[in-house]
Parts: sequence; structure tokens; C-alpha cells
Amino acid sequence: MTAALSGNEIATRLQKQFPGSIVESGPNSLLVKSESLLEIATFLKTTPGLDFDYLAAITAVDYYDYFEVIYQLTSLQHNHSLVVKTRCYERENPSLPSVVTLWRGADFQEREIYDLMGISFDGHPNLKRIVLWEGFEGHPLRKDYLRW
Amino acid sequence: MVIKTEPFVVNIGPAHPSTHGVFRMKATLDGEVIVDMEPVFGYLHRGIEKLAEERTYTGVIPLTDRLDYLASMSNNLAYCLAVEKLGGIPVPERAEYLRVIMAELQRIASHLIAVGAFLNDCGAFMTPILYMLREREKILDLFEMASGQRLTYNYMRVGGVSQDVPEEFVPALGKFVKVMPRWIDEYDQLLKENEILLARAKGVGILPKELAINISASGPVLRASGVKWDIRKADPYSVYERFEFDIPTGSVGDCYDRYRVRIEEMRQSVCILKQALEQLPQGEVRSDVPHLIRPPVGEAYGHIEAPRGELGFYLVSDNSIAPYRFHVRAPSLINLTALREMMVGWKVADAIIIFGSIDINMAEVDR
Repeated sequence: MTAALSGNEIATRLQKQFPGSIVESGPNSLLVKSESLLEIATFLKTTPGLDFDYLAAITAVDYYDYFEVIYQLTSLQHNHSLVVKTRCYERENPSLPSVVTLWRGADFQEREIYDLMGISFDGHPNLKRIVLWEGFEGHPLRKDYLRW
Repeated sequence: MVIKTEPFVVNIGPAHPSTHGVFRMKATLDGEVIVDMEPVFGYLHRGIEKLAEERTYTGVIPLTDRLDYLASMSNNLAYCLAVEKLGGIPVPERAEYLRVIMAELQRIASHLIAVGAFLNDCGAFMTPILYMLREREKILDLFEMASGQRLTYNYMRVGGVSQDVPEEFVPALGKFVKVMPRWIDEYDQLLKENEILLARAKGVGILPKELAINISASGPVLRASGVKWDIRKADPYSVYERFEFDIPTGSVGDCYDRYRVRIEEMRQSVCILKQALEQLPQGEVRSDVPHLIRPPVGEAYGHIEAPRGELGFYLVSDNSIAPYRFHVRAPSLINLTALREMMVGWKVADAIIIFGSIDINMAEVDR
């Protein structure tokens, strides 16, 4: 069974390393500040014992007040997993740091989020629409998107 | 005389027999060698993630059939697991076994198509795929018995399956698991040491282990690169922890390894089917679930080992009758991430089989 690591425990470890970077932590997940996302992701990937080498999935949810981006991390080596979340309160031009440099698997998924949810990822090498065509207006997975 | 040459761009696809759907490879060629390649897709985007937000939890199941239409049962299963996780809904034991049986039959059916189409791409035109379609028909007959459908089954339900299998299903499945290993032996006899196949597929399109993990590859693509990772073992769902089976892996991660892993996985699936058939209990096939499901506020990520890799559903509930957010972690899409690296340096004819060996389904890539 893939052991789901406790967000609270990881949060205490991270709090020492990166003070003020954790917004909230629960038994299953960890909510981090978007500015410190990249350094926390690097820490989670490279720290021995954590070794989150596999990014299973990324997705984004529109909660009107903010966008939440969810990273499902797994370590193939230790067979454990962790859910990391971050929020983006901007609605006009939301942006987050890209994790492509750490996990290439984020490439298409971040492009998909950019395409359908309209969140741009800084540092992504090829950020353009992936399923809709260039010139399409709006981002359909947003809750306030209405075509007619 | 010096001939001036320069690279030029060729569009392979979107409508091309080798692209298995509508997929465009924008290939930059130097003579016949690929120097750069950009995958372009989205031609089959139907907005299923958005559509699902306006349907009831049960009403979404037919949509999941249409994601990876060669593995509809697996999609049904992954989605139902996610909803059950979200709502804490129990599943009767017989239904769990029926789900495993359907998922493993589906894996065989899907791998048959994958291998057949791959060999088609290699130049063994039509003969192997017709053999494999012959066997796939037997599986479709079984599915038709259980669900009445041959392609989009809509068989599983939240909390079980839609109906019990008819009487004649179990004997027919027993007959199938008896003869299937012989058929797999027949493919091996024809293809395992086939010189043309070895020459075309060995050492071609190598995906190294580290890159495979880094791009989040999953399923046979990941295992062919030598990573022993199968969600059925690593994070068992349904009743998979009760069965004994091996995880076949490759060594170098070339096209031949990917083909071999699929063949071996079919053997393992038959092995699981045998055990499931022996243990199949009697009883209810569906727990008491209201027609309109209202899971508590929260979110859940349910994932399974689908024929093409890790298929995950991320659901967010706001306690209404429809999912607030429905996201599909599509293995076909993510397995394509390293396509460029795998193709660069190879010739156009190799590019076709590299693409074929990844085994993608465009309906799942685009959703």
C-alpha cells in the first residue's frame, strides 16, 4: 500500500527549513505559499528519506476566490505519497512557478492547466495552448466561463 | 559539386494511418533523419472535464467510457473507485471480483490491440492484428454477455456493478482462460524471435529509466524501462492484494521491451483471471446507494493501473449531485512527454514504430 505521508509531520519539518512557507497542513495534504513552492518542491524531491521522484498528477480547481493547484507526489523508491497544494488569488493574470525543471512530467499538464484554467507557469519552456487552438478566447474550465 | 541541403518540416498526420487517431507530428527532417519533432494534438477534445461538472455522479460513467474507448471498463472502475473514496461507499465482495475480472479482461483486450497495431506499424501488415482481433472478439462476447455492449460498456456503478453476470458467463470465461495462454504461445512462436521484428524494434526508441520516472511515464512504458512499479501491487485497490502475479519488466526500454512487457502482462492477467474465477463468491453485486449521490464536501484522487498506465480521477465535491471538479490523469497524454527525445536521431520509419510502441489512445489524450 502506498503510505500517505501526514501533511502535518512534513509541515513541521518544512517549517524549520523554510519559515513561514506553510499556510495550512492537514492529515492528508499540505498547503504552501506559491512563492516558496519551487524551493519546497526541490526539498521534497532531493531530501533523502522523502525522495519524491515521481509527480503523478497536477490539476487545478477554480474556487472563484482563488485557484488551487494540486500536486500528487509519489516516491517510487519508498512507496509513499504526499499531496501538495498551492493557491493563486489573482484572477486576471494568475501565475505560479513551474516545476518542469524538477519533474518533466509537469510539461503537458501545466500546459493543459494554462489552456483550460488560464494559470500561467513561470519558467515553463513552451507555455502555449495544448488542446484548444491558438486564438481561442477564454479558459473553459473556469467556473465563470460561459460561451453563450 | 556540393549539393546544398537544409532541414525541412513535414507534418505526419493529423489524419494518417500510423497516428492511431488524430495526432500531428511536426517533424523537422534532415534527409530521412528526424532532427526535431513537436507533437500537436487536441483535435479530439470534447471537453469531458467540463461536461462532467453538469452531470450527476452516475451520469458521468458513460462519459468515462468515451475517454479511452479501448479500455472502457478500466475507466469505469477508476472513476467509481474515486467516487467511493469520496463518499466512503462500500462495495460487495462479488462486485469487487467482477470488477477485477472485467478490468483484467479489458487489459488483455487492450494489449491485443496495442500489440497488433504495433506490429502493423512494424510492417507485419494485418496478419498479426487479425489473429489478435480474433481473440479480442471472445472478450467482447464476454463483455456483451455482462453489459449488453461491445465497446462502451457503462457496466460499473458507484457501489458495485450495474447487474450480475448471466449464468453462462462463468463457464464461458473458464473456457477463455483455458485457451488464451495457448494463443499467447502462438504469438510468441510467430513473433518472439522474428528476425524482422528484432531488427526493427530492438534498440530503437530507448527511454532510459531516469527519464521515464522524470516524465511521470506509467504502465508498460515505465515498466519496459526497468522500473518495477505497478499500482496493483504498489497501492492495491479493489481485491488485488488477494491475487498472486508478477510484474513483467524490460531492461533497456526500447520498442521491443515495450512489446514484450505487454505480451507478458497478458499472461499475468490470465493468471489473475484464473484465481478470481476460483474465488468468485456469491452474493449482492451492488450496495445500497441512492440514485442521486451527494458525497460530503471534500476531494479524492482515485487511481488504478489501466492498460496504458496510471489512470487517475481527481474529484472535488461540494455536496451537490454533480462533481464540482472532475479531472482525469490520462496516462496516454503523459506518456507522450518524452516522445521528442525518443524520436530524435531516428528515421521516419522508426518514428512510426516508436509512436506505435507507446500505445496511446487519442480519445484519452485530448479528452
